Amino acid sequence: MNLNDPLAQLKFRDPERARGLREALDRLVHQADHAPVSVMHVCGSHEQAIAKFGLRAAFPLDLQVIMGPGCPVCVTDVPEVDEAVALARQGVRIASYGDMLRVPGTSQSLADAKAEGANVDVVYSVTQAVELAREHDEEIVFFASGFETTAVATAAVLVDDPPDNFSVLSAHKYIPPVMEIVAEMPETKIEGFLAAGHAATITGSAVFEKFVERHRLPVVIAGFEPLDVMAGLVKLMEVINSGEPRVENAFPRCVTREGNVHAQKLLWRVFRATGGRWRGIAHVPNGNLRLRDEFAKYDTRRRFTIDASALWSYAPPKLVQQCQCGDIMAGIASPADCQLFGKECTPDTPVGACMVSAEGTCKIWHQYGGRPDLRSIKRGAA
Amino acid sequence: MTRNARFVDERITLKYGTGGGAMRALIEQVFAKGLGDVEDGIGLGAMDDGAAIRIGDQYLVIATDSHVVQPIEFPGGDIGRLAISGTVNDLAMMGATEPLALTCAAIIEDGFPRDDLVRIWASIRATCEEAGTTIVTGDTKVMGHGELDGLVLNTTGVALTSRLVSDSGLRPGDRILVTGTMGDHGLAIMATRNELALETTLESDVAPIHTLVRRALDVGGEGVVALKDPTRGGLSSALHEMAEKSSVGIIVDETAVPLRDEVRAVGELLGIDPLVSANEGKAVFGLRPEVAAGVLDAIRSHPLGRNAAIVGECVADRPGFVILDTGFGSRLLAEAEGELLPRIC
Repeated sequence: MNLNDPLAQLKFRDPERARGLREALDRLVHQADHAPVSVMHVCGSHEQAIAKFGLRAAFPLDLQVIMGPGCPVCVTDVPEVDEAVALARQGVRIASYGDMLRVPGTSQSLADAKAEGANVDVVYSVTQAVELAREHDEEIVFFASGFETTAVATAAVLVDDPPDNFSVLSAHKYIPPVMEIVAEMPETKIEGFLAAGHAATITGSAVFEKFVERHRLPVVIAGFEPLDVMAGLVKLMEVINSGEPRVENAFPRCVTREGNVHAQKLLWRVFRATGGRWRGIAHVPNGNLRLRDEFAKYDTRRRFTIDASALWSYAPPKLVQQCQCGDIMAGIASPADCQLFGKECTPDTPVGACMVSAEGTCKIWHQYGGRPDLRSIKRGAA
Repeated sequence: MTRNARFVDERITLKYGTGGGAMRALIEQVFAKGLGDVEDGIGLGAMDDGAAIRIGDQYLVIATDSHVVQPIEFPGGDIGRLAISGTVNDLAMMGATEPLALTCAAIIEDGFPRDDLVRIWASIRATCEEAGTTIVTGDTKVMGHGELDGLVLNTTGVALTSRLVSDSGLRPGDRILVTGTMGDHGLAIMATRNELALETTLESDVAPIHTLVRRALDVGGEGVVALKDPTRGGLSSALHEMAEKSSVGIIVDETAVPLRDEVRAVGELLGIDPLVSANEGKAVFGLRPEVAAGVLDAIRSHPLGRNAAIVGECVADRPGFVILDTGFGSRLLAEAEGELLPRIC
C-alpha cells in the first residue's frame, strides 16, 4: 500500500460530488410512495463510514439506514466463546484477533481467562498464528472469527501444510443466509439491502440473485468510501422506486458477477456451510463455516475434548439481561433505544459484544458520538 | 460537568490517565477537594495548564508535568525533549512565554543503562538551550526492577507574565485556530509498535513553542481569549475542555484541519483518529473574530507555525459539545476513552 498517495483517497472523498449524490437521494426518497423508507446494510465497515463521515446527518429524514448483523465478532455465539475459554483454561495456547478477547462468554471472556493466567495471544492475521506454531512446540489453537472474507485467509493457510501443532477453532460465519433470516423476520420493515463490497469481491454479485428472486427485495453492492456509500444508497432507492427488485453492483471497480473464483474454490475446499446460532439473532441455516473432513487433523473440535460445562453454573448478571445487542443487530432497535448505552455500557466496560468490537454498532456509535440531530445548529454570534 | 459524574470506579484504571473526562472527574472528585484555592490568580480547581499567583503587577505562573513514554526514544524526539517541551509549553499556554527556570526529578528503574541516561540528558540540555531556560534543581530516585518501566521524568517550570490567558474565555462567534498538523506525536509513537511492523517516516512534533505563542499574543492582544496545548486526547480533548469551561458549542470543519497524509493513512490503518491523538508541539487558540486573520498570519510566519489554520468557530447551541462538520455531513466529535495502547507522553 502506498501511504503517500492522497489522490487515491480524495477521488472517493470529494464533498462536491457528495452534495450531488445527496440531492439525488433527497429527490428519490421524496418520490417514494410512502415514508419512511428503511434499508439495511450488513457490514461494520459500512457503519464505520456512515458514522465517521457524519453521513446520517446528511441522509433525508425519511430514509432509515439500519445496520444489520454485519459484525462477525458480535454474532459469534456464546457457546463458541465458551469453547475457546474452556480450552484456554485447560492450558491450551490460544491465538485470536484482538476484538475477540473481550467478547463475553457465559461467565468469562478470553481476556478474563488470560487475566487468570491462561496463555492467549493477540494476532493480526492467521499467518501470525501459524508462525507462532512454527516457533513453539506446544499446541496453538487459532480461534477464527470473521465472515467469508476472513475465512478465505484461514483456508489459504490450511491448504498450505501448516505445522502439526496448529489447529483452527472455527467461528467463521457466512453472510448470505442471514439476510434471508432478516428478510423473513415478521417485525422487519426492510425494503432493500446494501451488501458489503469486500465480501462480494469474493462471492461475486451473482450470489444474491436467488435471494432477490425469493424475497422480492433489491440488493445493491457498495464500497466503503463516503461516495461509495452515498452512490450505493442512490442506486438502491432507484431500484426500490422502480418496483423491480434486482441485484445492482455499485462497486464495479472491485466486484464482478462471478467474483474471485479461485478464492471461492479455496473457501469451499476447506469449509462447509452448516446451521448454527448467531448470537442474538437466530439459528441460521448454513450460516456457520466449519472445517471439512479432509482437514480434520487441523480441526480443534476433533483434536481436543472441550468441556465447557464448568462455565455454565452461573446466572448472568442483571445488566446482561438488559442488553439489547440482539435487537440492535437484527435492525429492530438502535443503540439510542438501549438503557445501558453510554452509561453502564461503554467501550471500557462493555456489557454486550456490540460495544466490544470495532465493527459493533454500539462501539461505532460511541466512538463517533451517536446520532444526535445536528441539522439545526446555527453558526455565527448569538 | 454532570457528564463526568459516571466515573466513580473503585480502582483507578488506565482510562483516568488519558486526559479525557475520566481524568477531569478524578481531579474534581479527589485532587481538587479542599486544595488549591488561589486568591488572585488561577488555582487547582480551574484545571488549567498551570497555576498563576499574583506578585505585584505580574503573575507567577507554575506548571508541572510527569512524563512516561514507551519507547523512551522515538522518531523525532525522546523523553528528555518531551519533558522540557511539555513544561515550557504548559507555561506558554497561560501566557507566560519566558520560562525563568525548570526543575527536573528523575525516577529510574534498577538496571537502567547509563548510556541511555547520558543520551537523554544531552537531549534535555539541547532542548533547554533551544527554549532559553535551564534546570536549576532536581531529585533522583531509583526503584526496584519491575516497579516502574524504565524512566519517569517530572519537570516543573516557573515564569512571569503580566497578562494571563485562560482556556475558558470563549463566546459564540469566536474562531478556533490550530498552529499546525494534528496527531503527529501520537501516531508516530503508535507506529513504532513492533507487532504492527509498519515502516513509516512519521515523526513526533515535540518542540518548545513558547516563541510562537509570544508572536501570536503580541499580535492578538486581548483578542486571544483561550489557549491550550492539545497533548493527551489530542485536539478533541482540548476542544471539549474549552467548550465545557466556556459553555459554548464548537463546530470544527474537518476538511480545514491540517493533517499530514501519512498521519491520515496510518490513522486509518490503525483505526485511530488523528483528532484524538496527542501533539507535543502545537497549540489551540480561541480568538475573537476581528483578530483571527492577523494572528493566523503571525503564527504562519513562525517556522513551527507554517501549517497553522482556522479550523472552527464557537456557537451558542449545544454548550460543552464539539461538532465535526465532515464536508459530507456532521457528527459529534467523541473524546478518547479507555487506553488499549502504549503510553505516549
